[in-house]
Amino acid sequence: MAELSAQASQPAANTRKRAMSENLFGWLLVAPAMFFIAVIVAWPLAETIRLSFMDAGLGGEEFIGLENYQDLADSRKFHQTVIRTFYWMFLSVGIKLIMGLIGATLLNAAIPGRALFRVLVMPPWVIPVAIGCIGWLWLYNGYFGVLSGVMMKLGITDGPFEFLAYKSSAFYSAVVTDVWVGTPMVTLFFLAAMQGVSRDLYEAAWVDGAGRWYRFRRITIPQIMPVIVSMALLSAIFTFNSFEIIWILTEGGPRSATTTLIIDTYKVAIGNYKFGEGAARAVVIVVLLAVFSLIYLFFLNKINKRYGAK
Amino acid sequence: MMDRYTKLQLVGIYAALAVFLTFILLPFFEMFMASLRPLEHLFRSPYQFWSDDFSLQAYKDMWVTVPLLGRYIFNSIFIATSVTVITMVFVVPAAYAYARLEFPFKNISLGIFLGVNMFTGAVLLIPLYRVLRTMGLLNTYWAMIVPGVAFLIPTGIWLLRSYLEKIPRELEEAAFVDGASRMYTLRRVVLPLAVPGLIVVSVAVFIGAYAQQFLFAITFNQTRELQPLPAGLFEFIGYQSVTWNEMMAAALVGVLPVMLIFLFLQKYLVAGLTAGAVKE
Repeated sequence: MAELSAQASQPAANTRKRAMSENLFGWLLVAPAMFFIAVIVAWPLAETIRLSFMDAGLGGEEFIGLENYQDLADSRKFHQTVIRTFYWMFLSVGIKLIMGLIGATLLNAAIPGRALFRVLVMPPWVIPVAIGCIGWLWLYNGYFGVLSGVMMKLGITDGPFEFLAYKSSAFYSAVVTDVWVGTPMVTLFFLAAMQGVSRDLYEAAWVDGAGRWYRFRRITIPQIMPVIVSMALLSAIFTFNSFEIIWILTEGGPRSATTTLIIDTYKVAIGNYKFGEGAARAVVIVVLLAVFSLIYLFFLNKINKRYGAK
Repeated sequence: MMDRYTKLQLVGIYAALAVFLTFILLPFFEMFMASLRPLEHLFRSPYQFWSDDFSLQAYKDMWVTVPLLGRYIFNSIFIATSVTVITMVFVVPAAYAYARLEFPFKNISLGIFLGVNMFTGAVLLIPLYRVLRTMGLLNTYWAMIVPGVAFLIPTGIWLLRSYLEKIPRELEEAAFVDGASRMYTLRRVVLPLAVPGLIVVSVAVFIGAYAQQFLFAITFNQTRELQPLPAGLFEFIGYQSVTWNEMMAAALVGVLPVMLIFLFLQKYLVAGLTAGAVKE
C-alpha cells in the first residue's frame, strides 16, 4: 500500500521507469531458477515426447509415428498395469486420508503427552523412503519377520508366511508400506489445519448442545476441506509416482503383481533399453498427472466458493 | 468445559493413539531389535519375541562387512549438503521476486515451477540420462546433485515465498526512500530478517535431498565409491547371505544425521512446512 501512494505522488514518467526496472529485476531474479528447470526438466520432457514417436534404443533412432502408442493400446498387459496403478493409488490415498483424519483428531485432543505424540508420528516422513523400506523388507520376511511370527503364534498360519512371495499379499503389503510412508505428512497437515479452525465455532456449537461427532462432521470437516482436497491430490501424485517402495520391496513382482506405471516405465526404458517404448509410457503418465491436476483445481475452486475461503 | 473428557473417552483416545503409533514406529523398533541380535539368533525360526543374547556387536562388525559404509554415509551427507546449498542459491532470488515484485508472466511462471512438483525423476530418466551423459556428468557426484536440485527448487521457492511475504514491506520502503538500490535492499534488509525462514527452508530442502537420492543414484551412478547410503545398502540386499543385523544397524546409523537435525528443529520445521494449511 505504501508503495502505491508513494508512486502516485511521483510524475508518471518516473513511475513507468520504476515499473520497467521492476519487470527487469523480477525476471533477473527468477531467470537462473527458470533456466535450471528448463535444462533439467522441461527439455527432457520435450525430449521424452519426441522419443515416444521413435523406435529408439542403444542402437539408434528411427521415426515410427504412433506405433509405440498403438502397441500400448493393444497390449492387454499394459491395460492391466493401468488398472492396477489406479487401484493402487485410490486404495492407498483413501487409507492415507482416513488414517490422517483419525491421527490428526487424536493428536489434536487436549490430553497430557500430546506434544510428544506429535513428534513420534514424524519419523517415516523424515527418513529416506529407501531406508524405511529396508525395515519393511525385514518385517515382511516369512521366517524371521515379526508379522509372520505373530501370525504363527496366534495360529493364523501354520508355517512361515512370506508376504512378498504371493501376488495379492505382495500387492497389499506394498500398499501398507506406502500408507506408512505417506500418513505422517497427511496427519500433520490435517492437524495444522484443525488447529487453525476458530475455537468460537466449536464453543458456539457446544453451547447449543452439539456433541463431539456432530462438531467434527459439521465444523471440522467443512473447515479443513480445502486442505483435505490438497492432500488428496498431493498424495495421489506421490502414490502414483511411487517408485522406491515397490522397487525395494518387490521390483514389481511377483509376476507383475506390483508393477505400476512408473515401475513398468522404468523396467522398459532403463532395464531393457527400449527408450522409445519407455518414453511413450512416460507420456501417458504425464498426461494422467495433468488430468488429475485439472480435476483438483476444479474441485478446489468449487470448494473455496462453497465454504467461502478467505 | 467442552475440552473435558470422561475417563472412558481418555482410555479410548490413548488406546487409539497406541495403535496408531505402533503402526508408525514398528519398523524402527524391529530394525533396532534386529540390529541387537546375533546373526544365528536372527535366523532362528519360529520368530522369537525376546532374545537373551542382545549385543552391540553388529554395530562393530558392519564396518567390516560393508567396507564402504563410512563412505556411503559421507556421500549421503555430502550430496544432500551440496544440493541444499545450490538449491538455495537459485531459490532465494526467485522466492523474493515472487513475494515482492510484479513482473510479466509472474503467475504463469510460478505455475510452471509448481508443475514440476508433479513429476518424479522416474518419468524423465531416459532424456535426463542423455543430458547428463552429454555433459559428462554420469558416474560423478554431479549426476546425483544436478537432478536433485531441479526437483527441489520448486518446493524451496514455494516455502520461502510464503515466509518472505510475512516480512513487513515498510522496512524495504524505508530503505528505498533512503535511496538504496533493490539489490542492496535485498541483501542488507530482507535477507537478515529472513534468516529463520532461510534456515527452515534449507533444512526442509536438506531432508528432501537426503531422502530422494536412491533413484538418481541407482540410475545415473555406477561408481560404488560415490553411492549414497540407501543405494549402497540396497546393493547388499541382493547378495546371497544378507547379514540382516548389520544391515539394520547400518540403516539406523545412516538415518541418525537427519533424525538429529529434525529433532532439534522439528517445531519450526512443522510450522514452516504446514504454513499453507493454516488460514491467516
